[in-house]
Amino acid sequence: MEFAVRTWSAGARLGSLQLAAGLQVETPGLLLLTRKGLPAFIPPDLLQNLHPDARACQVTPLHFLESPNATTVAKAGGLHKLVSLTGFGMVAVARDSLMDESNGEGSSKMGASFETSSGRRVVGPAKYMEVVNAFKPDLWVSLPDEVPSWVAEKRNRLSVDRTLQWLDQCLSLQPAEYGNRCLGVVVGSTSLDERIRSAEQTATRNVAGFSLGGFGLGEDAAQRAVQMEAVLTKLPKEKVRHVSGIGLPEEILQAVGAGIDVFDSIYPFMLTKGGYAMTFPLNMENSQRSFDSEPTGEELARSGGDSAKINLRSVAYRLDNAPLVIGCKCYTCRKHTRAYINHLINTHEMLAQTLLEIHNTYHYLEFFKAIRHSIKLDKFHDFRNWFTSTRQKSGTPSPSKSRQ
Amino acid sequence: MLTTPAMALRFEVLARHNRARASRLTLPHFEAQTPLFMPVGTQGTIKGLTNDQLEDLDCQIILGNTYHLALRPGADLLDSMGGLHKFMNWPRALLTDSGGFQMVSLLHLADITEEGVTFQSPVDGKPMLLTPEESIQIQNKIGADIIMALDDVVKTTTTGPRVEEAMHRTLRWIDRCIAAHSRPNEQNLFGIVQGGLDPRLRDICLKGLVARNLPGYAIGGLSGGEAKDAFWRVVAQCTAGLPEDKPRYVMGIGFPLDIVVCSALGADMYDCVYPTRTARFGSALVPEGVLKLKQAAMATDFRPLDSSCSCMVCKRYTRAYLHTLVTKEAMGSQLVSYHNVAYMMQLSRDLHNSILEGRFAEFVQSFLQKQFPEGDVPEWVCSAMEVAEIDISMCCAPQSRIAKMQV
Repeated sequence: MEFAVRTWSAGARLGSLQLAAGLQVETPGLLLLTRKGLPAFIPPDLLQNLHPDARACQVTPLHFLESPNATTVAKAGGLHKLVSLTGFGMVAVARDSLMDESNGEGSSKMGASFETSSGRRVVGPAKYMEVVNAFKPDLWVSLPDEVPSWVAEKRNRLSVDRTLQWLDQCLSLQPAEYGNRCLGVVVGSTSLDERIRSAEQTATRNVAGFSLGGFGLGEDAAQRAVQMEAVLTKLPKEKVRHVSGIGLPEEILQAVGAGIDVFDSIYPFMLTKGGYAMTFPLNMENSQRSFDSEPTGEELARSGGDSAKINLRSVAYRLDNAPLVIGCKCYTCRKHTRAYINHLINTHEMLAQTLLEIHNTYHYLEFFKAIRHSIKLDKFHDFRNWFTSTRQKSGTPSPSKSRQ
Repeated sequence: MLTTPAMALRFEVLARHNRARASRLTLPHFEAQTPLFMPVGTQGTIKGLTNDQLEDLDCQIILGNTYHLALRPGADLLDSMGGLHKFMNWPRALLTDSGGFQMVSLLHLADITEEGVTFQSPVDGKPMLLTPEESIQIQNKIGADIIMALDDVVKTTTTGPRVEEAMHRTLRWIDRCIAAHSRPNEQNLFGIVQGGLDPRLRDICLKGLVARNLPGYAIGGLSGGEAKDAFWRVVAQCTAGLPEDKPRYVMGIGFPLDIVVCSALGADMYDCVYPTRTARFGSALVPEGVLKLKQAAMATDFRPLDSSCSCMVCKRYTRAYLHTLVTKEAMGSQLVSYHNVAYMMQLSRDLHNSILEGRFAEFVQSFLQKQFPEGDVPEWVCSAMEVAEIDISMCCAPQSRIAKMQV
């Protein structure tokens, strides 16, 4: 594993992450969400050609505690072989974004408590590393004791101590021949002192990079920005930074601006499950044109959508022969119409989810591409401002807007 | 006086083995090879599979259900979209059924009169009526390459005068269907042979439909509950009574064994929800029969579903991994459906090619030996193969042969 920062723009970094031989991912980059190692609705033959940047996935060991389990993975020769994604980067992350967010309750010195599809489980470093080692992942995040933003000081301090202990234990359980693939988790919740302590201590360990934990657990955007900055100033700049639980486009932009490199986000999946297609504009040059031809904020609101997404369930799309996003080159937009997807959703057909997940993933990957492009041109700040302004603009109905 | 109705298909028998035929069926949207299986895409989609995947799997004709499509998205909407082909962007062939079967089997208080099928609208409970004219009009709007006449279909377990009544009504309705069909140059109206399990009734129906000189014929009323021995005899009678130069479609048949037998008896086309439905319950179709992936033993079985299958799923995945997905993850359903459709399309190719290449008997023998390694080929299959004049004695264990002789 190799990581190098190539350039900066207002706090954001452009980098490249070499996950395996012949697998280079540009950062800021997005990891695809998986269930038991595969995307929820996109099988491998469709995944191959989804998007040039659809090359790395996040996988959680929590899906591999029962069926499948570590033995299954090991017998198959590793995760890549088990799920037939050799050639993809696989990053093991403890958090299961699709289940309940961890609230820290039920965790003990034995392990962290997680809600899984087979009930609540306590997972300690030994069990965790049994799965991680069976995976043979390209990168893995150490086991954290994550707590939400409202816990008491004492509990928070304990979570920092435990997370460090567990990091050390996980590192000791990693086979030597693996080389350095660990992302040490930094926790500390809303206490800046604890965040700094966690960061400084984690930075002393022999890790390949860092994962900022404890986000997406009840903190507000302002708090998060402050915490991230506190942490990132204490971490070596040349090592890669990952974060889980940061989903929305604005949250991604804030984190990129703070200096995060790798994300896994539940946003495309959540939209897919809700029957939404991502539609927010991706680049500054085209945005004016797209606003003239797209529906007004009021029209969107009436159909249950907004400036970021359209609600395919709505009767507004019954006869709409346009693709989800005009000009989008994803499989779904090249082959199908809003009307067809509206029909699929209303008849509860599985193909709706497959087509939406393809588009939503593609669109989000294009978003990341646009972010990287703006960093390359040293225009990240402008891009972020422009993006935020587009969201605010079409949120309000404007009856005076004439459409001749 | 008969006028030759317009046809929108060409059917050429390329090779035979006794009653079995390998043919080329040229439809407006696609040139197909029979025997073939048609997956069912009830509502304009085959559960979770994209059109690209269906083309990769060699699907030639897909079925859409008129009843479901007329409800959602609606016949007029489809018409305004340029038909179902354009709406779902399927470049190959489509077939729609008449809507009658679904109504009778799905709807509460469906009733059949001379006018048509009366039922309660599932949307608002209002009384509604599907007439032969209406069924054809809806199918004209959907625009499939092959459309089915509205028939009076009864359960095969029904006995008594109802069966005869239904058969005669089917013949009266075919004329109404023909009269109502507004696109005979683009869509092929198939008649459906009814008559229950009664050879006399089937014969009347056969003669009546053949006299109408339709582009193709289906053998209906045979997909539920009847004894297998009765089933094959009806198929044999019908294929013998239908014209050589027209396609023959046995409706609602999806078990590979049934398809092989029916093909041996001279049928060409089949449809069933079985392969995709059984996939969702975790069952994979394999040469030996059915693999139940939920079984505990599958958790440690690292073989592919079918080592002779070259589909994407068999090339990539093990039974052990699929075991963890089926019935729990949408992906499990998609992957097993993909394989099952691949299996059925491979079976279709095997049937066509083995007849074409003069090795159909060997194919049937090999098929039966894999499904019945102990030699316990069911009686009804042996009887059917006798009529089809295919020697399967080597597939049947000596004990069962002796047992038969002793009876």
